[in-house]
Amino acid sequence: MTPLRQHPSLLTGTILLLALLLTAIFAPWLTSSDPYLAAPWESLKPPQWSHPLGTDWLGRDIWSRVAHGARVSLQVGLMVEAIAVVIGVWVGALAAYYGGVFDILLMRLTDTFMAFPSLVLAIALMAVFQQPGLLNVIIVLSVLGWTPIARVVRGSVLGTKEQDFVHAIRAMGAGHGRVLFRHILPNCFAPIIVTATIGIAGNIVAEAGLSFLGFGTQPPTVSWGTMLAQGRNYLTVKPWVCIFPGLALMLTVLGFNLFGDGLRDVFDPRTRIAEKHRG
Amino acid sequence: MLRFMVRRLFTLIPVMFGVTLVIFFLSYISLGDPVRAMMGQRGDPEVIAQIRQDYGLDLPFYQQYTRYLGNLLQGDLGRSYRLQRRVSEMIIERLPATLRLATAAMLLAVVCGCTAGILAALRPSSWIDHLVMVVSLFGISTPVFWSGLMLILLFASQWRWFPISGYGDGGLWHLILPAITLGALQTGYIARMTRSSLRDVMHQDYMQTARAKGLREHIIICKHGLKNAAIPVVTVMGISFADLLTGAPLTETIFAWPGIGRMMVSAVGNRDFPVVMGCTLVFALVYVMANLVVDMLYTWLDPRIRYDQKA
Repeated sequence: MTPLRQHPSLLTGTILLLALLLTAIFAPWLTSSDPYLAAPWESLKPPQWSHPLGTDWLGRDIWSRVAHGARVSLQVGLMVEAIAVVIGVWVGALAAYYGGVFDILLMRLTDTFMAFPSLVLAIALMAVFQQPGLLNVIIVLSVLGWTPIARVVRGSVLGTKEQDFVHAIRAMGAGHGRVLFRHILPNCFAPIIVTATIGIAGNIVAEAGLSFLGFGTQPPTVSWGTMLAQGRNYLTVKPWVCIFPGLALMLTVLGFNLFGDGLRDVFDPRTRIAEKHRG
Repeated sequence: MLRFMVRRLFTLIPVMFGVTLVIFFLSYISLGDPVRAMMGQRGDPEVIAQIRQDYGLDLPFYQQYTRYLGNLLQGDLGRSYRLQRRVSEMIIERLPATLRLATAAMLLAVVCGCTAGILAALRPSSWIDHLVMVVSLFGISTPVFWSGLMLILLFASQWRWFPISGYGDGGLWHLILPAITLGALQTGYIARMTRSSLRDVMHQDYMQTARAKGLREHIIICKHGLKNAAIPVVTVMGISFADLLTGAPLTETIFAWPGIGRMMVSAVGNRDFPVVMGCTLVFALVYVMANLVVDMLYTWLDPRIRYDQKA
């Protein structure tokens, strides 16, 4: 509990993320209405006791849809980042460890991917698929998401591989695989975790953005981005249709950003010490 | 400086080559047949074959790519499948609107972000500092498409201060809401970086020396503090400009802004690949050039960085 008490951002981020996680897991039990069930006679009802966040134009309960939307957001955010971490760690570690032409080629590949504004390339990639959908969103965002991890891992491995303990392990006869995966990479764990945490927030926003434009998750799957896109038509007359899915999205991103910032402070005590001296 | 610029420009060649390769590859492997999409399912097979031949879609990958690259070097981005117009013309028509929006958003972000960051750094742990940190955190965490909708709801629909959407006659009035939407995220980043960077600099020995010399505080901050704190801020500005481009398709769609972001979104919906490829290429080019400008600014801000001397 000590790190949580010492770092308000980590504590706030943890609370927000726990709330999100619990909402996603227990969505069917936390909501009384079916998120897919249309009830036209209850169309566009403002927030009230039976519908805490109101209803949409088909009379569907917005709280129920927001809670089930958390599942999709979390699923995309975590799955994409898991794939991105696997690719990024391999690319970054191999480039830094072996160096030379291998490093140049892999880093030019990373540079090429980083030369695109991420959402622009994601939109272009979505054009490749005939049918947009959740799986395609995960594929596209994974293809794009590994570059920051690769850069971070490369930097960390470059710094670690020349340290004395690595030379000692090599002198003891350890093979490349053992040196890299058992001794160097575990020392790069902290920056990977911080980058991945902030990456999850980026993935969730990207999924919502793609869905908002119509290239991401498609109805009937519930996504916050799709809810916002469909609710836009009622924005000026029944604003709650747009307010709550966006608020959920913002709080989620805020949670991951705070959690990531807090982790960075925990893993890098220099930041905290510098803050104390300056403050 | 000149040598550095030339060398830096040369390093862009492989990156831009990679960019064109990625863009062309995407178009090549696209699962939908654009000609089929253009003609409909009942199109005459002979006409479809003729169109495929006219556009060079029946050639193997490397031939199509070299043809694409050759055309690109002549400024030819192809023709829109849907509108039968030159993509380069369409982009030239739309690019000024996107650049206008991005510049306004960047200007807003730099002015507001730096001012807020400086105020926060000069009064550490004060209410201003806390306010700047909290507001900037919300700015960073709010997706552009939601903040855009909320601005429309409040300032255009409820209070009717600004128009809901559109370009109007190109006046400032239509620009304000889209620029705030697009610039909010960057304002947050720049404010946090300015605050952190200036607070680092404020405790350096040369700042104490300047104070001991009897210089006025505002001169110390402007002349010694800000210039030395600027490098990380400029880096964030470079990244921010890139993020602006990422937000452009969303912001332009929300505000019906006639820029290339919105054109790209429509083109993806219509499976108009030459337009998608052209827009993606222009976005990548602007992105890469923004990073180049940031590198140039480093040498101006910190004379210790001498790129034209070998280390």
